[in-house]
Amino acid sequence: MANRIPRVAVREQDPKVRATNFEEVCYGYNREEAMLEASRCLHCKNPRCVSACPVNVQIPEFIAKVVEGDMQGAAAVIAKDSSLPAVCGRVCPQETQCEGSCILGVKGEPVAIGKLERFVADENLGKASAEVAPANGVKVAVVGSGPAGLACASDLAKWGYDVTIFEALHKAGGVLEYGIPEFRLPKDKVLKHEIEEVRKLGVKIETDVIIGKTVTIDSLMDQEGFKAVFIGSGAGLPKFMNIPGENLCGVFSANEFLTRNNLMKAWREDYLTPIHAGKKVCVVGGGNVAMDAARTALRLGAEVHIVYRRTEAELPARREEVHHAIEEGIIFDMLTNPVEVIGDEKGWVKALKCIRMELGEPDESGRRSPVPVEGSEFEIETETVIMALGTSPNPMISRTTAGLETNRRGCLIADESGATTRKGVFAGGDAVTGAATVILAMGAGRTAAKAIDEYIKNNY
Amino acid sequence: MFEILTKEMLTPIICRMKVSAPRLAAAAQPGQFLIVRADEKGERIPLTISDFDREEGTVTIVTQKIGASSTDIIAYEPGECFADVVGPLGLPSEFVEMPEEKLKQQRYILIAGGLGTAPVYPQAKWLKEHGVPVDVIIGAKTKDILIYTEEMAPVCDNLFICTDDGSYGFKGMGTNMLEHVVSEGHKYTQAVIIGPMIMMKFTTLTCKKLGIPAIVSLNTLMVDGTGMCGACRVSVGGKTRFACVEGPEFDGYEVDFDEAMRRQGQYRAEEAAAMEHHVCKIGRGK
Repeated sequence: MANRIPRVAVREQDPKVRATNFEEVCYGYNREEAMLEASRCLHCKNPRCVSACPVNVQIPEFIAKVVEGDMQGAAAVIAKDSSLPAVCGRVCPQETQCEGSCILGVKGEPVAIGKLERFVADENLGKASAEVAPANGVKVAVVGSGPAGLACASDLAKWGYDVTIFEALHKAGGVLEYGIPEFRLPKDKVLKHEIEEVRKLGVKIETDVIIGKTVTIDSLMDQEGFKAVFIGSGAGLPKFMNIPGENLCGVFSANEFLTRNNLMKAWREDYLTPIHAGKKVCVVGGGNVAMDAARTALRLGAEVHIVYRRTEAELPARREEVHHAIEEGIIFDMLTNPVEVIGDEKGWVKALKCIRMELGEPDESGRRSPVPVEGSEFEIETETVIMALGTSPNPMISRTTAGLETNRRGCLIADESGATTRKGVFAGGDAVTGAATVILAMGAGRTAAKAIDEYIKNNY
Repeated sequence: MFEILTKEMLTPIICRMKVSAPRLAAAAQPGQFLIVRADEKGERIPLTISDFDREEGTVTIVTQKIGASSTDIIAYEPGECFADVVGPLGLPSEFVEMPEEKLKQQRYILIAGGLGTAPVYPQAKWLKEHGVPVDVIIGAKTKDILIYTEEMAPVCDNLFICTDDGSYGFKGMGTNMLEHVVSEGHKYTQAVIIGPMIMMKFTTLTCKKLGIPAIVSLNTLMVDGTGMCGACRVSVGGKTRFACVEGPEFDGYEVDFDEAMRRQGQYRAEEAAAMEHHVCKIGRGK
């Protein structure tokens, strides 16, 4: 009977209104909505959602607690496997993971697992009390305070390790802080509290320390007494297209644009950070980062075009993000690829010269590869161009650590457990895989935490 | 938190501060820079490292009052703390890692313009300590804004000072001074030029004329300083390079200075607006 109830719609800010502010788009469920939605879960004997979750949150078990109205109990179930539920409930691609394998989704709408997780996490923000084993005095260093580092540090701290996270920027959170905008993941209201929970486990976070510059992994291990190191330094280097005019004023990487707005809070009047959007912005790329940059530029008052060389069907961004972007008035210029940025006499962007594309044969990724239509060049007048073409890992650590090997793409080489080519050094997340998702990074952080625990037990 | 230990005004608008930053001081090398964020709402400001003391755990920065953020930095007093001081960033100067054999054959001329005199100091000091012949030219518009003249003398073999208006030392710009010095018979294998972008551009041209290889230190825009934002992109020999991680020092002959100057001014309109609305924090108490 339960599955006769339609999926409970989540309340959202009106698109016209939210296009002018940085408040969160989605309001989330209230208690009644959450309990009603939770009642739709069939509690499958063999829950496919759990195995589809990179950290294997016991989904039917926490949903059962929600049905009972025991939100604290639900939070405790999630806390066993996830240290950032309020984050994951917001930014995970549930449609391809837990919700994507929900049995209800076969004929109808899957259970809104993400929105339920978010509700449970928000209800319990700052209240969680995970159990921490007695201190064992063994020091472990974690490089980077993004999702991989936070997940790894949380598990190790719960098992009694003395964990220090080293963060290069002035604020903890990694991509959650500098990359994902406020309107998708509120910083003070949500992220700050989840990071505080990690600190409460006893994890120390030292900001303003760049591993490979301020200190090296060698000195952490040889001089500061760290027995093992986890590298979760992410993929922070922006890619550019290498087309003429890319160094004109008004061409920015999505990283710069988003970091100025998110980490450096350019959107707030009381911060000194400058940011430049202008009247019209072209964002090049079709991933989540492109959507974030586009929707940020829109909120700063610009007309925004997404310029993407394939079609809407191939957009790598989450469906929900694309849907929100369209609702807010972002214009999608599909099958369009920039070939040159054209500048004015002062060296500022004036237009983006593009070529029309058509889809040809499928490539290795299975997506039909775009082919330029000869002679179809045209210009889009624009003041700003934002390049959102993906990122790659920073070589700062691999270059300064003896015995740490990388592959052709600059990613650290690590086995399934996260062990790198250097003894005692583990790695996970985007630093190993190249740019991926928050939850995969968390999963890798947890896997490496287990491997570090075993390594310490076997060697010390 | 990073405590300010000493503060002196070198001119009415240039300030020198010694700041406690033990990890940074332990790793710093000549040629590198750091980033300061005065408080929660401030910008991340890249500044060259003017000196470092590994035993004391301190770094010295020299700041000129230009925009809202540098005005805030200068308003801090000893005993107060900056929210963030991070580094060392960028690569050390080429000579730091030069094989001794090659280093022995060098004769350096370091040419400093205005605020650029401060980062020249640790380079001269390093070269002098390693027995490498090093001369220094300090240029400024007028006598009032000359800095580091006393500190520089003991760390170089010959110190040449010039002012545009002739109010102190040789009358003329750094380029004129360099030509003069070379015409008097001084010979150099390498010039290092640090100062405003326009000064580096023209001094590089003079070096080229005189056949002296020139290294310049680019003070580009940047946010993180670790290669993430790409705001510091410069064209060097037709290739895009990130000044924060591949610089800040580059072969001056290869740098597209005109592009670099345009890019440096990218946020000028936004910054002018910020300055207008800026409430100065001098005398704000604690």
